[in-house]
Amino acid sequence: MSSSNTHITEGIEDDFASFGDVTASATRVTPGNALRPEDIAVAGEGPASDAVAEYALQLGDDALILAQRLSWWISRAPEIEEDVALGNIALDQLGHARSFLIYAGKRLGKTEDELAYWREEEEFRSAHLVEQPNGDFAVTIVRQLLVAVYQNLLYTELTKSSDQTIAAVCAKAVKEVDYHRDHAIQWTLRLGRGTEESARRMRVALADLWPYVGELFADEQLHDDVGDAGVHPSTLRSAWDEEISAVLADAGLEVPQVPDAMSRGRHGEHSEHLGYLLAEMQVLARKHPGATW
Amino acid sequence: MAEHHTKQAAAPAEGKGAHLSAVPSDAERAGQAHFDEIIAKDSRIEPRDWMPEGYRKTLTRQISQHAHSEIIGMQPEANWITRAPSLKRKAILMAKVQDEAGHGLYLYSAAETLGTPRDELNDQLLSGRAKYSSIFNYPARTWADMGAIGWLVDGAAIANQVPLCRASYGPYGRAMVRVCKEESFHQRQGFEILLELANGSDQQKQMAQDAVDRFYEPSLMMFGPPDGDSPNSQQSMAWNIKRFTNDDLRQRFVGMIVEQVKVLGLTLPDPELRFDEESGQWIHKELNWDEFKAVISGNGPCNVQRLARRREAHENGAWVREAAAAYAAQQAEKVA
Ligand SMILES: [Fe+2]
Ligand SMILES: [Fe+2]
Repeated sequence: MSSSNTHITEGIEDDFASFGDVTASATRVTPGNALRPEDIAVAGEGPASDAVAEYALQLGDDALILAQRLSWWISRAPEIEEDVALGNIALDQLGHARSFLIYAGKRLGKTEDELAYWREEEEFRSAHLVEQPNGDFAVTIVRQLLVAVYQNLLYTELTKSSDQTIAAVCAKAVKEVDYHRDHAIQWTLRLGRGTEESARRMRVALADLWPYVGELFADEQLHDDVGDAGVHPSTLRSAWDEEISAVLADAGLEVPQVPDAMSRGRHGEHSEHLGYLLAEMQVLARKHPGATW
Repeated sequence: MAEHHTKQAAAPAEGKGAHLSAVPSDAERAGQAHFDEIIAKDSRIEPRDWMPEGYRKTLTRQISQHAHSEIIGMQPEANWITRAPSLKRKAILMAKVQDEAGHGLYLYSAAETLGTPRDELNDQLLSGRAKYSSIFNYPARTWADMGAIGWLVDGAAIANQVPLCRASYGPYGRAMVRVCKEESFHQRQGFEILLELANGSDQQKQMAQDAVDRFYEPSLMMFGPPDGDSPNSQQSMAWNIKRFTNDDLRQRFVGMIVEQVKVLGLTLPDPELRFDEESGQWIHKELNWDEFKAVISGNGPCNVQRLARRREAHENGAWVREAAAAYAAQQAEKVA
C-alpha cells in the first residue's frame, strides 16, 4: 500500500544541489576491485629477484589477456544478468592483472601501462588458453571453468608465498576467483544438462580448448628459480583433474581424450590470436606516446 | 541466472479493462478516489493500488523506454572498452558500462510491477516498436567521447532523473534513487577523462573539444521537445510523475555545464549562449529539432547498428536461455 510520507517533493532542491559537483572527491576509486592496485604502486618493495618479477608478469599477463577477452561480452551476453556477471569477472581479472603488473614493474622499472601497452607480443608471458577467442558462450564458459579452477588452486597455494606482496594479492584474488569458479560450474551444469544443443556445444568447446590445458601445469626453470615465492604448477594437476572430472560428470559431459598442443606462451611464443588482441588493446595508447589519460 | 524468465510479473492489474465498461463499478469508483487522494497528498502509489489505465500505460512506456535506453546506451561505450588507453581507465569504463546493465535490470523490474513481463518489453525493443533515448544513436568515435558522454549524457540523465526519484509510482522512484547515485559517479568520471585530455597534448585537447562539440546539442535535446511542443508533459505532471517541464530541466542543465566547462578549459559550441538577467533564463542556440525527430524515427547514424547488435546478442543467446530454462525445469521437478 502507499507509503505514509506526504509531500515527497520536499527537499528536491537539495537533491539537485548534490549532483552537479563533478569535482567532488570520489569515494570509489577503482570500482569493482576489492584490492586497490594503486596501493601496491606506492607502498612496499619490488620483487626480490628478476625471477620473481618474471613470475609476477606471468600471473599478470594471464589475468590481463583473460580480462580483455571477457570484456568483449559486455553488451553482447545471452541475457543482461550475464553482461553484469561476465563484466564483474573481467573487472576482477583486470584488477588482479594490474596488481601483478605494477608489482613486476617495480623491479623492471616500468609502470603497469608501459607493460600492458608498450611490450611487443613476444614479451608477453600469457598461456595460450587465455588467448583463445571467445567463440560462442559454451567456449567462453569452458575456458572460464578450466582457468578458474586452475587459478583457484594456484592462488590458494600462493597465499603461502614467501613473497609477501604475491601472498597478499592472492589472498584477495582467491575470494574473487572462487566466485568465477562457481559461476563457471553453474553454467557448465546448465549447459551440459540443459538441451541436446547446449550439450553438443559444450563437447565441442571442451575438445577445442583441452589441448591448451597442459601448458598451465608445465614446470619450468623459472619455478625452480623463484623457490618458495611460487608454486610448481605440476603439483596442482591432480587436484585440478579431480575437480574438473567431477564437475563434468555432474554435467553429463566427458573429459576429452585429446593430446596437448605444443604451447610455449611462457617463452613468448604465442597463439596467432594474441597479435590481434594486442593490436586492438594497444592501438590508442601507442598513437600518443608519452600521453597520460 | 535465468530465474527471471519464470518470475511472475508482480501485481495483477486490478484496474485493467476498467475503461471498457461505460459505468464504473463501486470498486473502481473507490479506487479512483483513493488514487486521487494519494496524488493530491503527493504520496506514493504502489503496485497493488488501483490506478487509472492511462497512468499505468504512461508509466509502463516511460519506464521501459528508460530501461531500453540503459541497455542500448551500453553500446557506444562498450565500443571503447577493449581500446581504453590505460588499465585504470579500462577498469572504470568496464564498471560504468556494467552499471548501465544493472540500471536496465532495476528498471525492467519496476516496469514489470505494472503488469507487462520483461520478455514482452524486450520484444518491443527488438522489433523497433519501443523507443529509447535518441542520443545513443550517435557514434562514439574517439576516446574523448567517453568523457563527453559521461559528462554531458550522464549529466543530462541525472538532471532528468533526480526529480524522478520522487515520482508518484513507488517502484520507479526507488529504482531511480539507486540509479542516480551511480550516475553521479559516471558524470564525475567522464569529467575527469575530459579534464585529463584538456590538460594533455594539443592532439588530446583537440579530441576533447571535438567530442564536446559533437555531444553538446544532442545532450540538450535529451530533455525532450520545448514545453509548447510536449503534449504529454501536462498529464505526467498532474500525476506527479514529472516534476519539472522539459525546458525547466534543460535550463538547470545548461546552468550547470556552463560553469563546469570553464574548469575544463574547453568551450561549448554555442555562440548565442548567455544568461538573460531579465527573464532569469539561459538563452541557447536554436536546437535542431528536425534532426531530433529524424534520429528518433530511425534515421540517426547508428539506429540500425544498435538494434542489430541487440538482436544479434538476443538470437545468439537463445540456445543458452533455452538450456538454462530446461535445466531449471529439471531441478524444479527433482524438488517436487
Ligand atoms: Fe544509467
Ligand atoms: Fe550512467
